Amino acid sequence: MTIFDLTLAELRAKLDNLELSAVEVTNAYLDRIATTNPDLNSFITVCDETAIAEAQAADQAIAAGEVAPLTGLPIAVKDIFNTAGLRTTCASRILENYVSPYDATAISRIKVQKAVIIGKLNMDEFAMGSSNENSAFGAVRNPWDLEHVPGGSSGGSAASIAAHQAAAALGTDTGGSVRQPAAHCSVVGLKPTYGRVSRYGVVAYASSLDQVGPVTRDVRDSALLLQAIAGYDSADSTSVETPVPDYQANLTGDLKGMRIGLPKEYFIEGLDEDVRKAVADAAATYRDLGAEIIEVSLPHTAYAVACYYLIATAEASSNLARYDGVRYGLRDENAEKLIDMYMQSRAAGFGTEVKRRIMLGTYALSSGYYDAYYIKAQKVRTLIRQDFLDVFEKVDTLLTPVAPTPAFALGEKTDDPLQMYLSDIYTIPVNLAGTCAMSLPCGFSEKGLPIGLQLIGKPFDEATMLRTAHAFEQATEWHKRTPNFKV
Amino acid sequence: MRITRAEVEHVGRLARLALSDEELDSLTGEMDAILDYVEQLKALDTEGIVPTAHAVPMENAFRPDEVRPSFTPEQALSNAPDAIESAFRVRRVIE
Repeated sequence: MTIFDLTLAELRAKLDNLELSAVEVTNAYLDRIATTNPDLNSFITVCDETAIAEAQAADQAIAAGEVAPLTGLPIAVKDIFNTAGLRTTCASRILENYVSPYDATAISRIKVQKAVIIGKLNMDEFAMGSSNENSAFGAVRNPWDLEHVPGGSSGGSAASIAAHQAAAALGTDTGGSVRQPAAHCSVVGLKPTYGRVSRYGVVAYASSLDQVGPVTRDVRDSALLLQAIAGYDSADSTSVETPVPDYQANLTGDLKGMRIGLPKEYFIEGLDEDVRKAVADAAATYRDLGAEIIEVSLPHTAYAVACYYLIATAEASSNLARYDGVRYGLRDENAEKLIDMYMQSRAAGFGTEVKRRIMLGTYALSSGYYDAYYIKAQKVRTLIRQDFLDVFEKVDTLLTPVAPTPAFALGEKTDDPLQMYLSDIYTIPVNLAGTCAMSLPCGFSEKGLPIGLQLIGKPFDEATMLRTAHAFEQATEWHKRTPNFKV
Repeated sequence: MRITRAEVEHVGRLARLALSDEELDSLTGEMDAILDYVEQLKALDTEGIVPTAHAVPMENAFRPDEVRPSFTPEQALSNAPDAIESAFRVRRVIE
């Protein structure tokens, strides 16, 4: 047992009884990042100096008896969160030298508890991708097999937790970007209900879909970190003023009377056999635990990817219009005219996938195509959302695969954007519906790659979803396995 | 073909992206394939369906119009590629 094997909850106990200090824990993690990052490339920025100063402040707070749940715990954050005084690149050349003048709300909420921010994590550029190969700072590798992708877009978040480079991480999920990498790296990733966590200070990709979520070792830690960041924020007018329950108190292990739905549209052709079997075994485990398993239908599932790639790209094209080389970010100094400065700065600063999505979104919003593509997609979104509202009349939680296959090889899908988009088929509908979902470890493929189980909860009922996840985790050992990577 | 190279070039201008010849070629093929895929949405009857712009039903969010702390000019200009006094500087736009 080393420091790196400890969950947030276990570290909390050892910091509180002074068995460990925050400075000791932080130094241990900084050393581990130094030795492992050359192989994984999961960090864009490591906060050596500020992290030690934050750890010292946390130790003083603990000595003074002023302890919050996250005091002194080393947390890494996706490089999409504005962090005052630190570089925030969004894994893009266009923001390569951007230093945030302020903190995102999710950051200020963990800072107020004196958590230690240990570094900024690699990701797909502007959170656009499913493999973390679209980063201007290079691909992230999967600690379970360095020739495979960690998933994306929060690939650095998932890889860093699986490889024990931080105790917990924050990511963002627009179409599966927390859940899919969590599944590929065998960690726990949670996407809260839209509006549950403030988006203030999170670099925007698709504003009606983006949500902040925790990536952790286990379900209890997920509850702990969600607790810290959840709740209304006047700085985000789309955050929702609804009470935040005590998530940890809900982890009772009790599943009596729980109805779990298996949507038949999620178990179709294209689903890998190892994944199918692992998810079927998980359903059997739930039956043994006393839950009722019911087959249900989400009839518009097949349309979700098409719907998403119109809505998300349309919103992206609008959001990314702000990168014009005027107020911040890369500027092409050679352009003679102002409009050329815009066009050349953007051409030099954005990567291939970002350009592709801006183009698709601009097209979908352009005169003559707006109704046929954008409005049509928004109408289909209504049907997809209604599917979920209907099914939640019959069941409490849905159980599905997270991704159709385990992690794919580096380079396997980079030449075929559509194939890459289809790897998000089971996660995208949740974002369109706006509800909550999470990924937790549920097995391994024949080749030894992790498989994730997705639980989808009712809107704003993360508590029941976490209770359901926790009961599975208590009954299985999958979350205790760690990659044989520089142990 | 659902989209031509000339249309892609036009969209590039709308998106303020200076695209190379190679990029125009590859984007034309890729966008065509993606538009072909999204064509399946047309098979769905959405007559009378209200579009969803936002997943959580909510009214406009209002707040009192009060003076609150905000960025100083120095903070606002801290990432400016070029600044003069309290302004962002760009090339002359009026001849």
